[in-house]
Amino acid sequence: MLSGRIRGNAVRLGLTAVPLAFFALFFAYPVAAIVGRGLKDTGRWQFGRIGEVLGRPEILDVLWFTTWQALASTALTLVLALPAAYVFARFDFPGKHLLRAVVTVPFVLPTVVVGTAFLALLGRGGFLDELAGVRLDTTVWAILLAHVFFNYAVVVRTVGGLWSQLDPRQEEAARVLGAGRFAAWRRVTLPALVPAVAAAALMVFLFTFTSFGVVQILGGPAFSTLEVEIYRQTAQLLDLPTAAVLTLVQFAAVGAILAVHAWTVRRRETALKLVDPAQTARRPRGAGQWALLGGVLLTVLLLILLPLGVLVERSFDGPGGHGLGFYRALRSAEASGSTFLVPPLEAVWNSLRYALVATLIALFVGGLAAAALTRRAGRLVRGFDALLMLPLGVSAVTVGFGFLITLDEPPLDLRTSWILVPLAQALVGVPFVVRTMLPVLRAVDGRLREAAAVLGASPVRVWREVDLPLVRRALLVAAGFAFAVSLGEFGATVFIARPDNPTLPVAVARLLGRSGELNYGQAMALSTILMLVCAVSLLLLERIRTDRSGEF
Amino acid sequence: MLALESATVRFGGRTALDAVDLQVAEHEIVCVLGPSGSGKSTLLRVVAGLQPMDGGRVLLGGADQAGVPVHRRGLGLMFQDHQLFPHRDAGANVAFGLRMHGAGRAERESGVAELLDLVGLPGAGRRAVAALSGGEQQRVALARALAPSPKLLMLDEPLGQLDRSLRERLVVELRTLFGRLGTTVLAVTHDQGEAFALADRVVVMREGRIAQTGTPLEVWQRPASAFVARFLGFDNVVDAEVTGTVADTVWGKVAVAEGEWQGPCELLVRPAGVRIGAPRDGLRCTVEARTFRGHHVSVLLRPERGPVLEAACALRDTPQEGAAVGVTFDVAETVVLAPAGEPSGK
Repeated sequence: MLSGRIRGNAVRLGLTAVPLAFFALFFAYPVAAIVGRGLKDTGRWQFGRIGEVLGRPEILDVLWFTTWQALASTALTLVLALPAAYVFARFDFPGKHLLRAVVTVPFVLPTVVVGTAFLALLGRGGFLDELAGVRLDTTVWAILLAHVFFNYAVVVRTVGGLWSQLDPRQEEAARVLGAGRFAAWRRVTLPALVPAVAAAALMVFLFTFTSFGVVQILGGPAFSTLEVEIYRQTAQLLDLPTAAVLTLVQFAAVGAILAVHAWTVRRRETALKLVDPAQTARRPRGAGQWALLGGVLLTVLLLILLPLGVLVERSFDGPGGHGLGFYRALRSAEASGSTFLVPPLEAVWNSLRYALVATLIALFVGGLAAAALTRRAGRLVRGFDALLMLPLGVSAVTVGFGFLITLDEPPLDLRTSWILVPLAQALVGVPFVVRTMLPVLRAVDGRLREAAAVLGASPVRVWREVDLPLVRRALLVAAGFAFAVSLGEFGATVFIARPDNPTLPVAVARLLGRSGELNYGQAMALSTILMLVCAVSLLLLERIRTDRSGEF
Repeated sequence: MLALESATVRFGGRTALDAVDLQVAEHEIVCVLGPSGSGKSTLLRVVAGLQPMDGGRVLLGGADQAGVPVHRRGLGLMFQDHQLFPHRDAGANVAFGLRMHGAGRAERESGVAELLDLVGLPGAGRRAVAALSGGEQQRVALARALAPSPKLLMLDEPLGQLDRSLRERLVVELRTLFGRLGTTVLAVTHDQGEAFALADRVVVMREGRIAQTGTPLEVWQRPASAFVARFLGFDNVVDAEVTGTVADTVWGKVAVAEGEWQGPCELLVRPAGVRIGAPRDGLRCTVEARTFRGHHVSVLLRPERGPVLEAACALRDTPQEGAAVGVTFDVAETVVLAPAGEPSGK
């Protein structure tokens, strides 16, 4: 019997070893190497540099801006998205499923596309500029709105998902006991929702705190987040010590945010009585509820559909009237001058290929990690859980640059290998795979596995016959997210994608970095293609997704 | 068939199974009875190999099962809440064990049809698990456990989640079925009615130890201790000092049978042995409450001294609430409960 226990531990160790090795080699090592290179001088650690860098006024400005724009973005997102969470949870109306999918599209869109879309809407010569002479692209509003656009779905899905499963009879019980409508909501529903709201707010804060693509495109010279500053210091000023210090600062901040997030998630697991969401939704009643629904629809229209619509419109709006001019130009390398060595359209195939490989890697590593985490949760396991989330927040720029300086000698000389890009993209995909799979795997009743074992199924057979069929949908959803995230990865890819093999986001950024109407138009066209690829993969997912599949 | 030798399981500081010895013979139906937390489910999990032991041995057909993994033990286990696989239909659930044992398609199909017939669900093979009622799920779970022809079938609270009338019908069906198939059964339950109706032999457990074992009749007639008596629902238990055929209690002198344990002990009078008469006869009591139980009325009596008494009365003999009555005790319904660890007189 004792041997069974030992065998169980060995299995767990084996499952954990692959993800750990993956993270050690392709995450911890490159990041540590960059930090080491920045902070070490002639073989000695120069920790004094930390204080020195953090004392510089321009760095303090960056820190201050990063923090307050993240706070403002989070607050704005909550204000705009919480009513939508309520509407999606409690109301039944035609087109609800489609609308839910539409709302989710921005979340899987590459940051570069989001930046481009808002540039087309709010920028120079943009939609609002032509319409009313209003330009917001050099103000902080463009950044905040783009962040809301991007994170709207996080709040709607995390909070709305739980809200739709709260038993309305709890509120009814409070009403019968004498509580008014608002009092019942405040005393019964709100306390049940608080952990979900906190978890969603923290995720939004995390994403906006580490924002890169959006700020890079919309921020101009005036606004710079930590991540953008790290990129500037690394790629343009070649000031590695400053970049290393900033990486450490971001690392500490992200670690703190994730720790708080893990804590709220654990609190969320406290037993709530959940019911089938289909039973809690009903048609809106009365003018007030219809007005609320209308308001949410209007928000979605203005905030989400309008920017995407304008982006598509701009991509067709060539010098000689509407047409496919920009798309045609994508087919040749010469059209955009010396920006590309290959026709930009090749980036589409590069991206798809890379994303596919990255998805497979992420599924393999993330799947093993999720399987390891399913088995009995201890303190160590929870630490492992938090570790897997780190790539979501740690500077992708640092990871990308770290790849270049660490994976360049045998036995791991990958500098010239195409696999470098998918490896970096898979790093961001793994947290999504784990987050999507884990709740479903944990929800599989352990006694189902025991029942199969008693009926004669060996452990491997149990996994194949019980776990796999039950998590198949979650696995597909995880694959879809990993695919979309890999497709849009920008911060790391921008360093490691070779000039003759650009990915879509890298190509878009390069086009936007050049002047001229043709480059601008081609960027719009390429972004539209990227948006379509992401949106289609998401809409496919939406058809198979279950409400249980995780947090995103 | 099955033998447990000082099986011991500890969860942290708590001992769930404390050196339990238990034998189950071929074709025997043994029911382990105990309150929740008495270790009865742990017992099943130990036999199945789902729960590692801290000491002791499990033998199946004489072979030590240490190191034999769950799926090679050839047992059947019906879980408390069935644990049917939600992603397979009823037929595929039943076929699962056959598939694991390498049965071919034709063999599986005939086996499934036969078993669904046997449990009274002919033609239900294609139905989704979620579409089955509680009683039907229970039958499918039984068919699934029986399908690979296990050496020993184990049932964990087999009827626990069903309503009363269904439970009473199913328990009879189960016993008939097991008798016909010659299945060896080890069941656990907290419901004494279920255990007595199902089992050839009852094992009462308390805090990880066996408190009593015997046929249902033996256990019912002669509970081995105050714990067993109270667990069976008998609350008329009082401290006593037995000398010869007389027990001295706070309720007065009570006659006991010959050859009983002598000295300080506890005494049980079953409600049917509490005779209600005129106030001047025997122990004076006041009627506190009456509860209608169908074929009799349960009367709660407050004696002038000592703990409350429960009496079972025929409907027409039931006194009014608040009435003063006299109580005498029937020697045939009186049981001397020897102190723990001592053999009782008979």
